[in-house]
Amino acid sequence: MDYHPYLPVVFFLFFGLLFAFGSVFGGALLGRTTYNRAKAEAYECGIQPTPQAHEGGRVPVKYYLTAMLFIVFDVEVLFLYPFAVAFDQVGLFSVLAMLLFLVVVSVPFVYEWSRGGLEWD
Amino acid sequence: MSVHDLSHGLASVSLALADDPGGLGATHATQAEGIAGLGWLMIALPLAGAALLLLGGRMTNSWGPALATLLSWASFAVGVAVIVQLTGLPAEERALTVPLWDWVSVGDLSLTAGLLLDPLSLAFVMLITFVGSLIHVYSLGYMEHDPDKRRFFAYLNLFVAAMLILVLADSYLLLFVGWEGVGLASYLLIGFWNWNPEYAAAANKAFVVNRVGDVGLITAMAIMLATFGALDFATVHGNAGGAGDLTLTLIGLALLLGACGKSAQFPLQSWLGDAMAGPTPVSALIHAATMVTAGVYLIARSQAIYDLTPDARLVVAIVGALTLLYGAIVGCAKDDIKKALAASTMSQIGYMMLAVGLGPVGYLYAIFHLVTHGFFKANMFLGAGSVMHAMDNRVDMRRFGALRTDIKITFVTFAAGWLAIIGFPFTAGWFSKDYIIETAFTMEGWQGWVFGGVALLGAGITAFYMSRLFFMTFFGTARWHDDAHPHESPLVMTVPMMVLALGSLVLGAVLYPTGIITGWLEPVFGHAEHGEPLIPVLAIQISAFVLMVVGAGLAWMMYARRDVPETAPEASLVTVAARRDLFQDDVNDAIFTGPTMALARTAVDADATLVEGGVTGGTTGGLNAVSGMLRRAQNGFVRSYALTMLLGVVAILGAVWVMQ
Amino acid sequence: MGGSMFVAPEINYVALLPMIIVFVGGLVGVTVEGFASRRTRYAVQVPLSVATLVLALVALILLGQDNQGLTAADTVALDGVALTLQGLVLVLSILGLLAMSERFGGDQPDAFTQSGVSTPGSAEETLATKVGATTTEIYPLTLMSVGGMMLFVAANDLLLLFVALEILSLPLYVLSGLARRRRLLSQEASLKYFLLGSFSSAFYLFGAVLLYGYAGSMRFADIAAAITSGVGMDGLLVPGVLLVAVGLLFKVGAVPFHAWTPDVYQGAPTPVTGFMAACTKVAAFGAMLRVLYVAVEGARLEWQPVIAVVAALSMVVGALLSIVQTDVKRILAYSSIAHAGFILTGVVALDVAGVSSTMFYLATYGFMTIPAFAIVALVRSAGTEATLVDQWAGLGRRSPWIAACFTFLLMALAGIPLTSGFTGKFAVFSAAVSQGWAWLAVIGVLASAVTAYIYFTLVVQMWLGDEAGDTVVVRPSWMTSVAILVGVAMTLALGIMPSPVLDLAQSTAAFLR
Repeated sequence: MDYHPYLPVVFFLFFGLLFAFGSVFGGALLGRTTYNRAKAEAYECGIQPTPQAHEGGRVPVKYYLTAMLFIVFDVEVLFLYPFAVAFDQVGLFSVLAMLLFLVVVSVPFVYEWSRGGLEWD
Repeated sequence: MSVHDLSHGLASVSLALADDPGGLGATHATQAEGIAGLGWLMIALPLAGAALLLLGGRMTNSWGPALATLLSWASFAVGVAVIVQLTGLPAEERALTVPLWDWVSVGDLSLTAGLLLDPLSLAFVMLITFVGSLIHVYSLGYMEHDPDKRRFFAYLNLFVAAMLILVLADSYLLLFVGWEGVGLASYLLIGFWNWNPEYAAAANKAFVVNRVGDVGLITAMAIMLATFGALDFATVHGNAGGAGDLTLTLIGLALLLGACGKSAQFPLQSWLGDAMAGPTPVSALIHAATMVTAGVYLIARSQAIYDLTPDARLVVAIVGALTLLYGAIVGCAKDDIKKALAASTMSQIGYMMLAVGLGPVGYLYAIFHLVTHGFFKANMFLGAGSVMHAMDNRVDMRRFGALRTDIKITFVTFAAGWLAIIGFPFTAGWFSKDYIIETAFTMEGWQGWVFGGVALLGAGITAFYMSRLFFMTFFGTARWHDDAHPHESPLVMTVPMMVLALGSLVLGAVLYPTGIITGWLEPVFGHAEHGEPLIPVLAIQISAFVLMVVGAGLAWMMYARRDVPETAPEASLVTVAARRDLFQDDVNDAIFTGPTMALARTAVDADATLVEGGVTGGTTGGLNAVSGMLRRAQNGFVRSYALTMLLGVVAILGAVWVMQ
Repeated sequence: MGGSMFVAPEINYVALLPMIIVFVGGLVGVTVEGFASRRTRYAVQVPLSVATLVLALVALILLGQDNQGLTAADTVALDGVALTLQGLVLVLSILGLLAMSERFGGDQPDAFTQSGVSTPGSAEETLATKVGATTTEIYPLTLMSVGGMMLFVAANDLLLLFVALEILSLPLYVLSGLARRRRLLSQEASLKYFLLGSFSSAFYLFGAVLLYGYAGSMRFADIAAAITSGVGMDGLLVPGVLLVAVGLLFKVGAVPFHAWTPDVYQGAPTPVTGFMAACTKVAAFGAMLRVLYVAVEGARLEWQPVIAVVAALSMVVGALLSIVQTDVKRILAYSSIAHAGFILTGVVALDVAGVSSTMFYLATYGFMTIPAFAIVALVRSAGTEATLVDQWAGLGRRSPWIAACFTFLLMALAGIPLTSGFTGKFAVFSAAVSQGWAWLAVIGVLASAVTAYIYFTLVVQMWLGDEAGDTVVVRPSWMTSVAILVGVAMTLALGIMPSPVLDLAQSTAAFLR
């Protein structure tokens, strides 16, 4: 059966909106509302953010370093995965391109490592 | 093809003429080859000297002045070589162009920079580099003990380079560059001893008055650009016939205003007397021999325009005649030797202006007089410098007298200049000035009588005040200040004076009767027949001679035979007026300076209350209020910035949506 | 899906060599950062990065001419415009890099913080200062940004254009936050630049998507073909073009996307501001020319008026706001906004003269901006930059040469004849007038007159004002001196004899499509 190529997008939008609004309003309609100290905190599960932001300061920048490193490798996998699935079709050119990409990603990684970015203290 | 033919044939001017470079009509300019192709060296050499001395700092203290002098002579040598090459060409081909570079070429507009080597420009080159180099030599002695000697020579070289740009330019635009360059050099040199506030004020005065003239030149260029779409001589002069009468008259008058500023002509003459604050060699070179004649050059160079606008040309003649008398009258009353010479410079340039205002017949004599005047006036200024040197830098002639025995060489050389300027027969000044007087008498109707009469009268007054100056300084009784020990200047100063003195005596006889100057300049100005004067030539010559003798004799009676008071005595209203430069500064103050200062003060007040006030919220008018409001949007919050961007996007998309 | 085999694109590596050199140089720089000792980093990085840029410039000059063409599946267009602007970016970045390397007589790279990640005023910062830490990361960051700029002016595909945009922007965000003094201001500037930059990137991406929806391709040539043949769906075209333009207008700081400019220019380390102002403008206008002239020229009736209005707004707002500024860096920032408007006047002309005059103006602006900021970095009071106009009073008596250079550069910014500022304005205005945009030129001339006011105020302060207390001018090393002198000399040269450069701009003003 023929359908308009954009029809799945419309469905996606519809279900996305349904889920978003449904969760919010559903929770408000069905659940019991309580307020306590734990729920007012950053992480609602009751765990304190670590380390404490003292004197109105900030979260140490080291935390972000680790987070960013994670994202770098996360994105790297994003590229590697489709490549791995299709690399028998894309030929030598793509293998070399991917190698270049890996080299480019590892240069800053080496930099970060040798400058102590991976040491917590 | 003569200038006259050209001016008549211009009604059918075509753009083909515009392609004819250097097309003053009389000659066909071609691109320079050989040594003339290196014509730019004439400018580059002194310019390099100026740069070297200014940037080189103290390192160049010892050898800099000598190098500057050498470079000036080198420039002269190149000029001579170019002339030699030019004389080898047929007369009608004696105009060479040296393209330098494209200035701006955007769309239809193309402004180029190039040099034009033709007889007129080279006549100036000779005057500038020869007299200039002699004055460089003289300055080696005159400025010997000045701590800033190096800077002085750097400025001198800068001046020579700028002046050469002015006369060698092939377009009004490049001419203007030189024009401003000499103005700058003049400003720097008048205020050379700027530790004296009066001297610095004199420099400022010269600068400001010259700016008034520049407005004229800029206006002229703007009209040219609008009318002809170009500023090079070839295009402007070639197409002048295609422009309307009013346009041409306006251009002519605007150019005249520029010329008046630079050449100290009425009504912009007031700066020249004060400019004598500069070192004397500067007065000789810039404010007597060369720069102040730039106005005459401008008018002579623009002959193609003035040929077509008799009204503007008449104004030129009137301005010249007025200044001629004005300078002569002021010259009679000045006791400061340099200021008296400055007044005479004004008067003599008035003669040249009058001559260029007389039409094609006058150009030749204007330039001829300009060259001879360059020699004898520079000679007398250097002589005045030598006198000052002898008298401990004093300038008051009432405290001179009887100097002829103590400084013999100065006396003799000065006498040569004196004979030339009063027009003693067969000296350089006699040839050039008498021809101007005769030409003035050839004009038709009232013009002949008025201009001829003024020129003749001026000659008589000139004889009187120059003789007064001469006798007060060298004759009569010694009225020196107490510890005066007059002594002759060193050879390095007197030799240039001797050379110039020789020129003052024989240059006229060498150049005119032999036909050298006539033949040389004819390709530029064309051959113009001398009309018949209103009274016979011989009668003019005799009356000029008689007036000269009467003037000089009167001066002898008053200032050589009789005792001269050491301080200026009480005098008649006329004398007082002459001493005060005929109230020129008072008039300027009342009409221009006063209101201008008031306007400036108002502007400053308005600036303080309106403009500056807007910043502090004192006033809500004007641009600042608007910017104040705009500034409120710049509040430092990134969220507002993002909102601004978003609103911008919405506005753009909304506008496009509405339009569609 | 599937079926069609993947075909590797033809890539002319020789033509791409200048860019490859710059990127490799940047990567080597990162490696050096990892392994060189603290003491040797500066000594290695400065020659390395200057050599990289010079080598790239040499490669560009030697190889560029003969390797023109589209490459990498037509996503990169190396034509006259791209090569000229790449060369300009390289020359300007060499000057900018020299100014950035200035150590102000000491042994510290003074313009940059010792430790970018530490909290201002914290114990960590003190420790970093004590051990003599330096932030030599600026060199690889700059190289990466330069590489992005070179790609930006050559990108012939909306997606690649976006990649280049991010490559050039991200290092600039970081560089903006590395000032040694007034670090909070600098970090705030960096964050603002990043946030607003991301915001504008979003607009750009949305516009690119709309254009893709319209033409079915990201390639400029395909988009142009789609406009010519008319594919229906016109509702996507115009918003797409304008949103893409918004992303580029943000980069050049045109009103109403200018709000970041003053804050970032003021907060960023001064030599970085100079580099950013000069090179980013070249790159962003180069990309804008290509998008507008190559991809969407067919829809010009829709976008031309919008760009014209943005140009007029930029000139007016930049000029008006500059006159109430009291900080030299902010004056220059608003002047950059006004100049963005002047350059847009050339862009609007939409003919060969428009391209050549825009390129010429970019050269003049670059050569006057880098030395201007380099001079600002030299004027100091109590160890930090003295950027208030009042603090510059009497500078002419204290350091006549520096004051004279700055005065000359201000004259050029104001567009006084015999400076490149005049010839540049003349070129763009005459290009605009010849295409019927006379009203824009009139606004431009008026705006120039308004901006001249603040420049002259500054000049008057410098030469006639009473000397301000403890303002000193640091004696520059040869590096800053070269940057200033070359810039001033070019400003003078382009004002007196602009023809060689104008000719170059004219002869290279044709795009490959």
